[in-house]
Amino acid sequence: MAIRTEPFILNMGPQHPSTHGVFRMRVTLDGEVVVDVEPVVGYLHRGIEKLAETRTYTQNIPFTDRLDYLASMTNNLAYVLAVEKLAGIEVPERAEYLRIVIAEMMRISSHLMAVGFFLNDLGAMMTPVLYMWREREKLLDLFEMVCGQRLTYNYMRIGGVSHDIPEEFLPALKRFVAEMPGFLDEYDQLLAQNEIVLARSKGVGVLPEDTAINIAASGPVLRASGVKWDVRRADPYSIYDRFDFDIPVGSAGDCYDRYWVRVQEMRQSVRILEQAIPQLPAGEVCAEVPQLLRPPVGEVYGRIEAPKGELGFYLVSDNSIAPYRFRIRPPTLINLTALRDMVIGWKVADLIITFGSIDVCLGEIDR
Amino acid sequence: MTVALNGEEIAKKIAEAFPDSVASADKAAVIVTSQSLYQVAEFLKNTPGLDFDYLNDLTAVDYLDYLEVVYHLTSLKHNHSLVLRTRCYDREEPVLPSVVRVWRAADYQEREVYDLMGITFEGHPNLKRLLLWEGFVGHPLRRGYL
Repeated sequence: MAIRTEPFILNMGPQHPSTHGVFRMRVTLDGEVVVDVEPVVGYLHRGIEKLAETRTYTQNIPFTDRLDYLASMTNNLAYVLAVEKLAGIEVPERAEYLRIVIAEMMRISSHLMAVGFFLNDLGAMMTPVLYMWREREKLLDLFEMVCGQRLTYNYMRIGGVSHDIPEEFLPALKRFVAEMPGFLDEYDQLLAQNEIVLARSKGVGVLPEDTAINIAASGPVLRASGVKWDVRRADPYSIYDRFDFDIPVGSAGDCYDRYWVRVQEMRQSVRILEQAIPQLPAGEVCAEVPQLLRPPVGEVYGRIEAPKGELGFYLVSDNSIAPYRFRIRPPTLINLTALRDMVIGWKVADLIITFGSIDVCLGEIDR
Repeated sequence: MTVALNGEEIAKKIAEAFPDSVASADKAAVIVTSQSLYQVAEFLKNTPGLDFDYLNDLTAVDYLDYLEVVYHLTSLKHNHSLVLRTRCYDREEPVLPSVVRVWRAADYQEREVYDLMGITFEGHPNLKRLLLWEGFVGHPLRRGYL
């Protein structure tokens, strides 16, 4: 007699350690095999887009910290670049360099968390994460030197940055840049050829190239699927056209490739830092910008390559002191569209690591 | 550098294929009628030379007289971009065709616009609120809400 099975529905989250925040998945299972999955989001919705319509352009900068809080200053950067494009503001050279330095440090910091927690999801409980945190801690110390904060920095300003760097910053950053490749080699030794990591993540959660483009995946998720697309190169903003760096691209589009692409991107970020530090010019760090900025009537879509993908700000101005419309394009929400395609037919444990390999941040998804 | 294509030239191409589909156009954007939105979306994606395969961003703006939905498109192949818009003059029951079958990237973003701006997308496979809970009354991103 054949054994009769029937699918059942399992609610994972919103309170669940593997969901990286308040995220819920309605998973339909047949035994241990995933038949269907439906992400349910919105538990952290704070209505930032609505709130921003009643605040001035400058007052909106701290809101952007609360999007992807693992890469706060990159969000600041995306927003201020969009406002500068809208209002036609020139940024001093030194500020441009400081922004790039900070953005690349932020990318390393965010990728360290992504890689560390990906391994956590694989079952390597906390040990790899603590290695990653060792380095991230140094970055947080550097951020604290710059602006006194460790999580929500509010460092970028329209027209530049809020403070110049203190004198102890550059020596500490140079030390970090010199050490980091060694640490990355260490991770590679421990993890990249580790049999369990390979067995669990190779070929799991595959996202084909055409699907990745069709769902508008971005960042490491898109590049792991073999698409050589990086906004820093495709549509250079700020001063990225002055630096020499490669775009790591995966081939299989599986969880391992997404992990691998992030590790390689950290190496490229170190390369950018190595080039930027000696070129850092002297001078002002912020342009003269009116406190109550009134950009001309119009609209702008500004986008940057944030650690998690293409972060866009669509702003509409009616020449008043507050934006008429303030729209955030959240990269991880859109990357999440691919989750269902990637996990159907795989086991629950694979669902966890595939979700981890997308590297979501709920602050940004829910806004 | 991503090249922003001239809206007027693209509008000519669209009008050749679908007469009466273009409402207006300027350098920055093409505005199409809501009835022809789906055909235009397919045309932009599948026409060689245009190949808009990547929908960056889909959002809506409330301009009081009408609701406008904005599509930011990019072609990864040619590295050029275009802004496409369409307008809903019926504020009570705004309806637009869904473009999910052209770009699946629209899936969550159309749900978000439905949730916060109250525009129904016909043909969307799973149109329900995204960020707010089922049973929530109103659409907070409308200008008249609070």
